[in-house]
Amino acid sequence: MVTGDVVTGPGPTGTAEPTGGTVATVGTGTADPTARELAWAVAAAVPDPELPMLTLADLGVLAEVGVDGGSGTVTAWLTPTYSGCPAVAEMAADVDRRLRAAGYPDVRVRLRLDPPWSTDLITAEGRRKLAEAGIAPPRPTAAVAAAGPVALTLGPTRTGTATASTTVAAPRTAAAPPVPCPRCGDADTEELSRFGSTACKALWRCRACREPFERVKEI
Amino acid sequence: MSRTSDGGATVHDYTTSTTSTPGTGQDDHVYLSLADAAPGPEGEGRWAYGTGFADPLLGVDTALPPGLDGADLAAYCQMLGDDALVLAQRLIEWCTRAPELEEEVALANLGLDLLGQARLLLTRAGQADGTGRTEDDLAYWREEHEFRNVRLVEAPNGDFAYSIARLLLFATARGALYEALSAHPDPVLAAVAARGVKELAYHREYATAWTLRLGDGTPYSSGRMQAGVDAVWPLLEELFTAHPVELRAGVDPAALREPVLRSLGAVLAEAGLTVPDVPPLATVLGLAGRDGVHTEALGPLLAEFQVLARAHPGATW
Repeated sequence: MVTGDVVTGPGPTGTAEPTGGTVATVGTGTADPTARELAWAVAAAVPDPELPMLTLADLGVLAEVGVDGGSGTVTAWLTPTYSGCPAVAEMAADVDRRLRAAGYPDVRVRLRLDPPWSTDLITAEGRRKLAEAGIAPPRPTAAVAAAGPVALTLGPTRTGTATASTTVAAPRTAAAPPVPCPRCGDADTEELSRFGSTACKALWRCRACREPFERVKEI
Repeated sequence: MSRTSDGGATVHDYTTSTTSTPGTGQDDHVYLSLADAAPGPEGEGRWAYGTGFADPLLGVDTALPPGLDGADLAAYCQMLGDDALVLAQRLIEWCTRAPELEEEVALANLGLDLLGQARLLLTRAGQADGTGRTEDDLAYWREEHEFRNVRLVEAPNGDFAYSIARLLLFATARGALYEALSAHPDPVLAAVAARGVKELAYHREYATAWTLRLGDGTPYSSGRMQAGVDAVWPLLEELFTAHPVELRAGVDPAALREPVLRSLGAVLAEAGLTVPDVPPLATVLGLAGRDGVHTEALGPLLAEFQVLARAHPGATW
């Protein structure tokens, strides 16, 4: 999971360290990329507080890890998901704790707001783990956006009194990709509520196997 | 708004083996004690006393962009932050009162988004004006006349249709404003806006769906929805009326009037509702929410919102 690609992935690397340090060496005297990879591996393994089957790297929240060769300071940059995500503080504390436990004496955790987090940053591994846990992963935001402007589709009625007048729909330029059921794989699913147990999830159900499931919604 | 209003220093009270190393950085004391408080690698105790990470702009570069007046930027961030904070409080009032459990969850989620935006904007305001006031200082220790929110967000919730109509107006206008602010010279404000655009799109979609369901439902639901739209409409104009600070530090809201009205008109037409033909709510000698002149609804809202922080100054939990 920890590869050069991941380390140099979302965050800019090879640029000057924001902490103003020299080429990084930690302990073994290795060169900058390796020191950063080692620190990244530690931070990347931290589980997300609300989706513990995912790591912060899977979720795309861990933006960058830098190691200052002079002082040995490790700096980790996190990109929070939603503005009101209540788990940001826990994420920061966990990253800090794990890095210290791994032997880094001086750790800084920083937030990076730009570019904003998107569900497109969830890695393929992250999507696989979500589905495995029964949570439908988000679709690519571009594919959803291509389905047209905000749809004027009404949600389903849950009270069993549906009438014809509850199915107004605005014309779409293209069909949004289906949301297959994470349990049986059937594409015949429907949204129960756009807002679920956490800010990032919606509540859905499968019309084939009748099971409800959660879905990470695109943002 | 944060669990530890003093930056988490009280974490020390619960640990005995912690020593921070002087001179190794401002963050160390909090984190070291936190690490010690955790009994195991994933022990529940690791968050029991708060995390110490109370700053929503932790480590974000706080420098002001050249050419931007700090006081103006602060006032502007307060205006937008107060809008978000006050509407968040109104939305949260729906908990235990919404028609269905799912709607309570939804409205609370929308409120949480707005609260998150308010935290960032008020924190930025305290940085930009040089006072160093925190989000909590600004949220809990300002008086009614110091709040700069538009009157639209402070109006009482009314019935569900009124709340939905208000949300539709606010989310449509604020989404358009955030879109314009994504290119703001202040990188913090631009980043808050860029993320807010995506969140407000969900808010607008939610309000739109309910406007359609009620407006295009039975004659009774349609009448209630139309009444909600009619009642909230006089508060819309204030969103497009520029305060001098907005012209100096932000986006001229008058430029949003046409596209926002067009979008609202399309939703109302689809829902079988009519665009109200009503005059805007009167100002007081030309002053309104952006000047700190509010309706009688804001005082009780703030009293409820601020009472705990004021009754127990500096309390942490």
